[in-house]
Parts: sequence; C-alpha cells; structure tokens
Amino acid sequence: MHTNGSTTIDVTSASQGQVRTPWREFWRKFKRQKIAVVAASFILLLIVVAIFGRWLAPYDAENDFDYMLINEGPSMAHWFGVDALGRDIFSRILIGTQLSLTAGFFSVALGAVVGTMMGLMAGFYGGWWDRITMRISDVLFAFPGMLLAIGVVAIMGNGMINVIVAVSIFSIPAFARLVRGNTLVLKNMTYIEAVKSIGASNWTIIMRHILPGTVSGIVVYFTMRIGTSIITAASLSFLGLGAQPPTPEWGAMLNEAQADMMIAPHVAIFPSLAIFFTVLAFNLLGDGLRDALDPKLDQK
Amino acid sequence: MLNYFIKRLLGLIPTLFIVMTVVFFFIHLLPGDPARLVAGPEADDTVVNMIRHELGLDKPLWQQFGQFFINIINGDFGISIRTKRPVIDEIAMRFMPTLLLTLTSMFWSVLVGMAIGMVSAVWRNKWQDRLGMAFAVTGISFPSFALGMMLIQIFSVKLGWLPTVGAASWQHYILPSLTLGASVAAVMARFTRSSFIDVLHEDYIRTARAKGLKESVVVIKHSLRNAMIPVITMMGLQFGFLLGGSIIVEKVFNWPGLGRLLIDSVEARDYPIIQIEVLLFSLEFILINLVVDFLYAAMNPTIRYQ
Repeated sequence: MHTNGSTTIDVTSASQGQVRTPWREFWRKFKRQKIAVVAASFILLLIVVAIFGRWLAPYDAENDFDYMLINEGPSMAHWFGVDALGRDIFSRILIGTQLSLTAGFFSVALGAVVGTMMGLMAGFYGGWWDRITMRISDVLFAFPGMLLAIGVVAIMGNGMINVIVAVSIFSIPAFARLVRGNTLVLKNMTYIEAVKSIGASNWTIIMRHILPGTVSGIVVYFTMRIGTSIITAASLSFLGLGAQPPTPEWGAMLNEAQADMMIAPHVAIFPSLAIFFTVLAFNLLGDGLRDALDPKLDQK
Repeated sequence: MLNYFIKRLLGLIPTLFIVMTVVFFFIHLLPGDPARLVAGPEADDTVVNMIRHELGLDKPLWQQFGQFFINIINGDFGISIRTKRPVIDEIAMRFMPTLLLTLTSMFWSVLVGMAIGMVSAVWRNKWQDRLGMAFAVTGISFPSFALGMMLIQIFSVKLGWLPTVGAASWQHYILPSLTLGASVAAVMARFTRSSFIDVLHEDYIRTARAKGLKESVVVIKHSLRNAMIPVITMMGLQFGFLLGGSIIVEKVFNWPGLGRLLIDSVEARDYPIIQIEVLLFSLEFILINLVVDFLYAAMNPTIRYQ
C-alpha cells in the first residue's frame, strides 16, 4: 500500500498525525502492549502448527507404537518422551494443536454469530422479542456451563463436533447480552436518527450502522472466550465425553495419562503445558485487545 | 427488605418450573430406550413392554410430564437403573462431600481473590499489581484437571504430605479445594481489581482524600463497600462455575460426590439419576444466586426500593 505514488500523501499526512483512522489508532495502542504482541505471535505460530502439524510431526501420532520405550522420559529422539502405548508425545501434541484450536475457535464463532444476532434484534426492536431473548439468556445462564455441555453431549453422543456445539451454546447468552447493551446505546445516537431520516431499512441500519459499532466489544470477548472454550472442550475430552482414544486431543491425552501419573508424570505434564500456554496466549491477547480498544482506559 | 425478600422467593417458582420442564424434555431427548435399559440387554420384548408400562412410558407425553411433576413434589425420585437403589439414597450419600468441597473452595478463593485484587488496585502498575495479575492470568489459563494432577504429583506422591484420593478427613479437602478454587480466585482477583480501580476514580474518594483521611480509611471504609457491589454479583456467577468444575475435580481426585455420580450416570445412561442431579445442581445455583441478591440488596439500598 505504501509503495505506489497515490498513497504517498496519505502516509505523509499520517506521519504528521493528521489522519487517525480507527484502525491506525488501534494499531498504535496495540503495538505498545508488548506482552499482547508476543501472545499474538505465539498464536500465529500455533496456527501454522495446526495447519502443517501433520508434516511437522516426527512420528505418526496414532499408530507408531514403540513397545521398547513405553513411558520413557524426554530424549533427543523423543523430545517430550513416550506415552504408555509407546507413542511419541511431541508428535501427538503437534497434531492435537489443530483439534484444540478448531474446537476453541468454532465453538466461540458459532456462539458469537447466534448471540450477536439475538442481541442486535433484542436491542433494536425491544418489546416482546427483547423479553423472550433475555429470558432464554437467563435460563442458559442459570445452568452451570459445564453441566449444560455434559447434558448436550449426553443427548447428542460423544465426539468433537458435539463438543463444539455444546460449548458454543453457553457462549450464546454472553454475546447476546454484550451486543444488546451496545445496541441499546447506539440506536439512540444522532447518526442512527440521520440514517433513519434518509429512509434506510431496519436491516440496513442494524447490519451497516449498528453492527460495526459493536465489533470491538465482540472481538475482545471473542478472543477471551476462545481460551475458556479450549479448556472446556479439553475438560469434556478429559471426562471421556469428547475426543475418543486414540485421537491425540490434549484433554483426552491427560485422561489416558492419569493411570500412569505416578511412574511417568511427563506423559501428563506436556499436554498440560500445551493447554496452558495456548489458553494463556489467548487470554493475554484478549487483555491487550481490550486495552487497545477500550476508549475509557485512555481517560484514566 | 421483607417485601423484597418475599418477592424474590415468589420469583423462584417460575424459574424452577422452567428448569423442571427443561429437565423433563432433556431426559426425553436422551438417546436409547429407558425401558430397554432397565430390562437389560438380554430381556425379550414382552419384558421390555411390561417395564415400559410399569414406568408409565407408554402414556402420552403430557401425562408423563404431569406425573413427573407430581412425583418430584411428593419426593418420589425413582430408582437408579445402574444400582437399583432409590435415587434419593444415591444422592443423599454424595451430597455433603460435594457441598463441602464447593463451599471450602468458594471461601478461600473469594478471600484470596479479593485480597489480591485490592492490593493490585491500590498499588496499580507497581510490582505488587504485576505479580497479582500474573498469578490471576495463570489461574484462569491453567485447566483444573491438569492442576489437580500436578498437585497430587507434588504434594502426595513426591512429598507425601497429603492424601491422594477420597474424602475421609479434612486433609483430603486441601488439594481438591485448591484445584477447584484456583480459577475462581483468579477471576475474582481480576474483577475486584477493575471494580476497585473504577471506584478509586470517583469524586467521593477524592473528597475523602481531600478532607485528609488516612489512605487505609479511604480504601477500606469508602472504597471497599462500593467496589463490592459488582464483585458480589460475580461471586454468584462463579458459584455456577464451581458446581460445573466440581464434576472435573471429582474425577481427578476420585471424590465420592455428585459430580462423579453424574459422569458415571451419563456413561451408564442412568436417566433417573441424571434428571434429579441436573435439577439439584440448578436449584443449588438458583438458591446461591438468591443469597447473593440479598447480600447485594443489603449493601446497595437503591435495589431494595425499586
């Protein structure tokens, strides 16, 4: 963008501090959060591992059994050691990255899309639609999340797809409330009145003029929620309700590791650390995004 | 205050009705034929049909729904499919260990979490704050089952200080409640910090400082009570999290509680136990939130008079 002649003026004026688009403003603040930048880089690395893990893994994560090395600790040949069935733990963690990131991302995405739509409608139209939506949210909130997830998996059966659906359901009310609150504020603003006066349809007002105003809140919450969802999905697999053996899902790996915990703690330690660092990165990124996007923090 | 109390208690009835309805339909969505489950895999169709009639499963859905309500109100919770014992006995046996575990976890995590949050807010951006928030973000990022396994490894296996599994003595409660409460303490710390920072910027705090009050009086007398209002709401929500979390922690520590029973029942499709457990968990959560609301009303007079 900066290489062609026509944008030179743009760049010059920006360097003089005249043009401050929301995006530049965000980037300027975000860059200052060193920890969040490191977290974002780590997440990028995780995404690369998730996509190319299959080719990066030194061993077959599911079918490469070395019975001579059962529960063997870390070595040059097996960086994270070997599990109770003689499989390379490092390879299993690399492959598992894809499962955990997919579960975390899609469960939150599903919850965010449904919740955002519910919140927009409830906030904009108000009345009975608002009351019904908020009542559903209250009921969903009234069930402890884990219990709800176990319930959904009990109905739909075990497996990762069902876990994603289960985890997404309890993301819905949080997004619905967040977006509803923002919508209530935005819909009374002057610019919305202006859009109404030129005859825009409700759909256009909601999608083009209110939704963009709620995006920053959604992005922050989305990022923070991914961490929680990765933990919940791993917990379900740990309970034996999610991914089934021999799938190298991190929670399922810990479930298998429990039996040999006394003699081979490394089998549990490495998947634990994998979950911890992944969730930590998303939480730190979420904190950084919140600080960069929240206008209130500037005033303090 | 009494009016508020009565109004809130009456408000429980529709919520409980919704929860019971949801539980009833939830159980009917579970895959598998309950009559077949009771009869066992070897039973022939005549036996299965007999049991179906006995359980009332051949009646229309609305009649079953009504029967379900009457049974619950009469305290008839049915028989466990897995153990063939009354559901009420199965649950009674395991109720106290779970309740005590959640309460001890809640107790320490709220105290520690609020203390860390207050320290972080008062010494904002100093090393105390950074240390406190580093602990908090670690706490919310570490999965409880991994933490539990790690604690067992260190304190039971390596050091031999504490017992590993079971709930026989007070020492048995230490590791599970540390595991269960860690993330709640972390959430409370973060939340208390931000609530405190908001309050510390209020004009009345500036006034308190301007009239020459000691900083400790400003923090404890003028800020704490106001900062507590949102923190108490958060406490109620966190209790739900503890109830859910106890299911996982009970598996790690082989705890003889409701969470472990629920997982075993889901695996065995023991639907009479599942339905009563879900009801019980929801009821517990609703009651705790009611207590939280009363605390809230006690601290914030504007709520009482609405």
